[in-house]
Amino acid sequence: MKSSFPRSLQTVVIFLVVIGLVTLALGGYFSPVTNWFSRITVDAQTWISDRYMAVVDFLTVPRNVASLLQNNTELQAEVARLQTQVINLQQQVTETNILSALVDFARANPEYSYKGASVIGRDPSPFLRYVIINVGTNEGILPGMPVVTEKGLVGRVDAVIAEAARVQLVTDSASAVDVRLQASNTEAMLVGSVTGELSLNMISQDAVIQAGDVVLTSGLGGTYPANILVGQVVSIRKLQSELFQQAAIQPNVDYTRLQFVLVITNFNPVNIGPLVGTPGP
Amino acid sequence: MLQISIVSRIMLLSGNVDLLLLVVAAWGLQERVKAAWIWGLLAGLLAGLVSGVPWYIYIIGYLSVVGLARLLVHRIWQAPLLAMFAVTFIGTLELLMLTFVQRTILEVPLSIGEVFSQIVLPTVLLNLLLAIPVHSLIRDLAERIYPEKALA
Repeated sequence: MKSSFPRSLQTVVIFLVVIGLVTLALGGYFSPVTNWFSRITVDAQTWISDRYMAVVDFLTVPRNVASLLQNNTELQAEVARLQTQVINLQQQVTETNILSALVDFARANPEYSYKGASVIGRDPSPFLRYVIINVGTNEGILPGMPVVTEKGLVGRVDAVIAEAARVQLVTDSASAVDVRLQASNTEAMLVGSVTGELSLNMISQDAVIQAGDVVLTSGLGGTYPANILVGQVVSIRKLQSELFQQAAIQPNVDYTRLQFVLVITNFNPVNIGPLVGTPGP
Repeated sequence: MLQISIVSRIMLLSGNVDLLLLVVAAWGLQERVKAAWIWGLLAGLLAGLVSGVPWYIYIIGYLSVVGLARLLVHRIWQAPLLAMFAVTFIGTLELLMLTFVQRTILEVPLSIGEVFSQIVLPTVLLNLLLAIPVHSLIRDLAERIYPEKALA
């Protein structure tokens, strides 16, 4: 059957319809239709994609869990290693700070020669306040040498072997140190106790002392150099019925946490025992 | 080494644990151990070498602990923990008393009340607290070193 329209006319009509549709579309007249179509398409695409990913996950997750477990173990090991490293570095920083303070102290007191030492132990007897340090006669340490930290007086070397020495702390109950109160320039005797507390004895009743007075070594007796800081007066006990005043001392050094100390190696203690030990007939 | 580097730093008031005494006591209480005296002597020598207390105090103290342990091991063998407590208590008191007497002879000013409250009581308490774990460890060690069949 032959078409009633000529071929060219069909083409023109189709062209005009297409142009018309494009113009309507560009004019926004097809928006509801295109939106509806887009929504349907996106929903369908989402549904298909979700199902596809679910299937992929189902097929691949077991392998990933094993891999994750391995990664987790490795990361935990790494965290543990880094934590150890952090602790080590923190310890090194602490030690460096202490050593730096000791060096500052040595620079501030250049008249003495020092030998640094670590505290490696304490006396096993609860009656004694002694510490063990890791330097001995091999480093020139001798009995009687004073031991200090940057904060003040620690004690003196009591016994020495080649690689270690035992230090009697000033808090030991058998320790007695000649000191002076800086403010009043009063001489006194610093003694320890079984509890580790320090007190001042033999303070003249005439002396005017008060809490906060700084206590320094006096150098008398020849066992310690002069002017090493010991601590501060905390309280005073003055009774008219007694010959001397007494005072409690707050030490500058924390003797329970000693880590590093300095041994003064060029101080020669003087033994005055023979001069005072024997009473006359 | 453990005693002077760690245990001596763990203090209750002014008392601390005497780990060597506990080990010597527990070792002496093991029936199958024959050389407890030697270990007591060795422990005494080691402690005497390190400590400012004269060496003979520790030797006397630890040998007495071994002697007491050997005495009790055959008497109250059915209650080893009771024996451990008894040896620890008496041994600690004896060692502290010896040290106190020695310090007093040296004219170190010590107040008996202060020594009792600050040193003796805390040390006895700490030693008794650690007596059970130390005894268990030493018993296991003795069983490992001296197995039953060797005993038979």
